[in-house]
Amino acid sequence: MSEDQASFLNYPRGIKSWLFTLDHKRIGLMYLIAIMFFFFVGGVLAMLIRLELFSPGKTIMEAHTYNQMFTLHGAIMIFLFIIPVIPAALGNFVLPLMLGAKDVAFPRLNLLSFYIYIFGALFALYSIITGAVDTGWTFYTPYSTESTTSVISMTFGVFILGFSSILTGLNFIVTIHKLRAPGLTWFNQPLFIWGLYATAIIQVLATPVLSITLVLLILEKAFGIGIFDPAMGGDPVLYQHFFWFYSHPAVYIMILPGMGIISETITVFSRKKIFGYKAIAFSSLAIAFVSFLVWGHHMFTSGQSEIAAMIFSFLTFLVGIPSGIKIFNWLATLYRGQISFEAPMLYTLSFLFLFTIGGLTGIFLGTLALDVHLHDTYFVVAHFHYVMMGGTVMAFLAGLHYWWPKIFGRLYNETLAKIAALFIFVGFNATFFVQFILGSRGMPRRYYNYLDQFQPLHAFSSVGSWIMAVGFLIMGFYLISSLFNGKRAGKNPWGALGLEWTISSPPPHDNFAVTPQVSHGPYDYDKIAVERD
Amino acid sequence: MSQERTHTDHILPNKTYLLVAAALLVFTAITVRVSFIDLGGYNAIAAIAIATFKALLVSFFFMHLLYDKKIYLFVFSIGLLFVGVFIALTMFDTLRRADIYDVTAEPIQKDAVIYQENPADSTRADERSGQH
Repeated sequence: MSEDQASFLNYPRGIKSWLFTLDHKRIGLMYLIAIMFFFFVGGVLAMLIRLELFSPGKTIMEAHTYNQMFTLHGAIMIFLFIIPVIPAALGNFVLPLMLGAKDVAFPRLNLLSFYIYIFGALFALYSIITGAVDTGWTFYTPYSTESTTSVISMTFGVFILGFSSILTGLNFIVTIHKLRAPGLTWFNQPLFIWGLYATAIIQVLATPVLSITLVLLILEKAFGIGIFDPAMGGDPVLYQHFFWFYSHPAVYIMILPGMGIISETITVFSRKKIFGYKAIAFSSLAIAFVSFLVWGHHMFTSGQSEIAAMIFSFLTFLVGIPSGIKIFNWLATLYRGQISFEAPMLYTLSFLFLFTIGGLTGIFLGTLALDVHLHDTYFVVAHFHYVMMGGTVMAFLAGLHYWWPKIFGRLYNETLAKIAALFIFVGFNATFFVQFILGSRGMPRRYYNYLDQFQPLHAFSSVGSWIMAVGFLIMGFYLISSLFNGKRAGKNPWGALGLEWTISSPPPHDNFAVTPQVSHGPYDYDKIAVERD
Repeated sequence: MSQERTHTDHILPNKTYLLVAAALLVFTAITVRVSFIDLGGYNAIAAIAIATFKALLVSFFFMHLLYDKKIYLFVFSIGLLFVGVFIALTMFDTLRRADIYDVTAEPIQKDAVIYQENPADSTRADERSGQH
């Protein structure tokens, strides 16, 4: 009990100590709560969309409401959930612990970025109340400049959220450079740090472009300054260049930290040293670099020049190389390991299956001639859900379950966790695999109504979403109940090697009583026998 | 980790500052002058080039980038590189967009049998269209 009282959760006490905290663990936890709230909202919207699509024509809502629903689902899931979830929530919590540091480099900036996130989120909520946006999350011109829904407040909210993302990225870059424990060299640090580092570079480099784009959009909409409207001398395709110059790298902001988590969990639960440490580390940087060169593959059918489309198609294939390097290195890590199937490992294996499908279908879509047919169909919807949900969300769930005992000092019910993982995996595939078939048969995305021939597959997909929802409900139940009656976790319930597992769970206010000295690699499971505690 | 200062603050002579300021004024005048000359599409390039050069002067001398640790110069140039990438790849689209209409029709070989109608085929074709 005395150890518990010294934990960051209980010390210092009082609501003000939380609201004005500079402790990276508390800020991470506040992020986690806020982000999970929006994940829930986005998830409910997704369920409503799937219910509407259960049958052709009107099922539960009008067409205009449906347009607002899928726009909000996309905008909330992208800007309020998936971009910040791993870096800002889990990264904030574990990065300083992994580095052996007491906090991030700029604790006040960290708190500021949290409040900027909340402020941006309030703008987004305000726009929902005052007439939800119906443009799709991409806010494409010319429709977005003409739509009478609250485009300005939503895009302004996203503009504000961008600053939160930039400040977190900046903070992480400086923290990773400056606050390393003695002995923790660049090639001796956990790969999650490499993932966060590559992510932070993209956040700092690309996010300002999104901010500029949205400001230009607001200027055109509010003051009639011609930037994207051809009638005023603008170019609507230019909007897409601006938008995707950020938003394609943003896909890697979403997936790279997830890949970092996979490198952690796959080694712990197969008791193996990671295969190809440097290859995985450098492939993260390679993905970050290539991510800036491929945005035009979103625009193959939008009227961009043929030569640009060919260049972007070629460059897009390059992404397959570092992604493939990672997948094969993880598989090689599993080979002859002592694999155990706890919940984090189940999500890790799900990631390997689903991300591979998502990645390979990305090659289909990057192929110029094929994309002309598949563009804007459900094939694309299935592809990015396999990458984003099958990839990032599965990795996030792996990380959440892996670090849950560290964050809260409690163990969740492992059996229920396995059942939930099974529901989510089966439900996910039932929901999205059929969408590949729907898309390849010509079902366009974002449509309210559809031909009767698509009904069975749409219904199948909707039933899949219910299975997945059951999985998430079970997860919500056992995670929350673990806070009240879960078994107390020791320092190191998984027998892992990282520095975060050398201190009590939940960690004390100051993390480390003395600065740790690192003398071994992060994955030396072949040399060091770690006891579960 | 303790911070060690590896260098002392660099102080430039006033003369350098005044020279740079003068150069900035001269280039501002050039920008204005050039805008009155019709260079076609090159007007924008000229304006951007002059503005970039002026920004470099400010960051190198007023902001001491040239005299600071080289890592900052490296980070700065990465930013410039990606602005370059953005403009260059976008220009591949906007400058070459008309190419899409460059397809010229090729004459169909005279007397080539493209579709030969005979009674048997036409009934089959009717059946096919009936199915659709």
